[in-house]
Amino acid sequence: MSQEPAAKKKKGHVTVREAWCKGCAICVEFCPEQVLVMERGKATVAYPDRCTACNLCELRCPDFCITVSVKGE
Amino acid sequence: MFNYDQYLRLDKFPLIWCSGCGDGIVLKSLLRAVHKLGLQKDQICMVSGIGCSSRLPGYVDFNTLHTTHGRALTFATGIKMARPELTVLVITGDGDATAIGGNHYIHAARRNIDLTVLLFNNHIYGMTGGQVSPTTAKGKKASTAPYGSFENTFNISGLAQAAGASFVARSGVYNPVQLENYIVKAIQKKGFSLVEIMSPCPTAYGRRNREGTPVDMIAWQKENSVPVAKAGQLTPEELEGKLITGILVDIERSECRAEYQKLIDRLAQS
Repeated sequence: MSQEPAAKKKKGHVTVREAWCKGCAICVEFCPEQVLVMERGKATVAYPDRCTACNLCELRCPDFCITVSVKGE
Repeated sequence: MFNYDQYLRLDKFPLIWCSGCGDGIVLKSLLRAVHKLGLQKDQICMVSGIGCSSRLPGYVDFNTLHTTHGRALTFATGIKMARPELTVLVITGDGDATAIGGNHYIHAARRNIDLTVLLFNNHIYGMTGGQVSPTTAKGKKASTAPYGSFENTFNISGLAQAAGASFVARSGVYNPVQLENYIVKAIQKKGFSLVEIMSPCPTAYGRRNREGTPVDMIAWQKENSVPVAKAGQLTPEELEGKLITGILVDIERSECRAEYQKLIDRLAQS
């Protein structure tokens, strides 16, 4: 039982391959936790602590820029 | 974390597609589907015609063939007949498959040859400058329809179904996991399998039709998708302008290459 809350709070680590980013902002808009922001036309990880590793940004990034890994895995 | 790089020709990156083009999202769903099926890279032959989507095979480390406009299905048919052990994937667009290659499209479906067709529907000829395609909706603008198209459109999935395809599904880039699952099912299915994929073109279509940013165009899919089961309960008026998604056809029907093999075996015995 004590493990349940911990399991719910999965933490993710987002990285952006900036050289390939075309600044479409799809990742920024579809992130439910507002981890990413646009900065100088590129997606930037602004609030890494909020990431829950839901993977929605990685799935929808059309340019193979975003990688999400689960912390501790 | 999925390792896409193992399937890519990384020296060809970054992708040629415009900012916010949906085609990259489809490519990722396809690679996850290939991985899920455990297919080896050399087991796959990917064939494309001409257009934005048809640039896709250049980025993947499979056997790839970039052919002439509208003829992807003809090359793919030849490959499947000669090398039936290969998984043949066809990458095409709405203009490539249903306008310039329309005849090949209906006959490949009629033959029910074991190909998996990923048809990227962006409602426009993107690469050549935004001309009207058979799926440009009435009233929508294109470079060849500056006052809005006045023509009726093709229902691409319906066309494949009527011609005899054994698997037809429709999805969009808003739902990359559903898309991945449909591609898996399409590859597994013996026969002509079509996945019609709504992939927004923000540059040639969206801008001209004031459909907003790439995010707006993807969000439109979210708000206007109707699962096929629910669509059956709605009237045609209620379905006007909606996007019906789901598996539309999944039937058993004799497959062309298998029938050809039967003929070869019969003649060999006589």
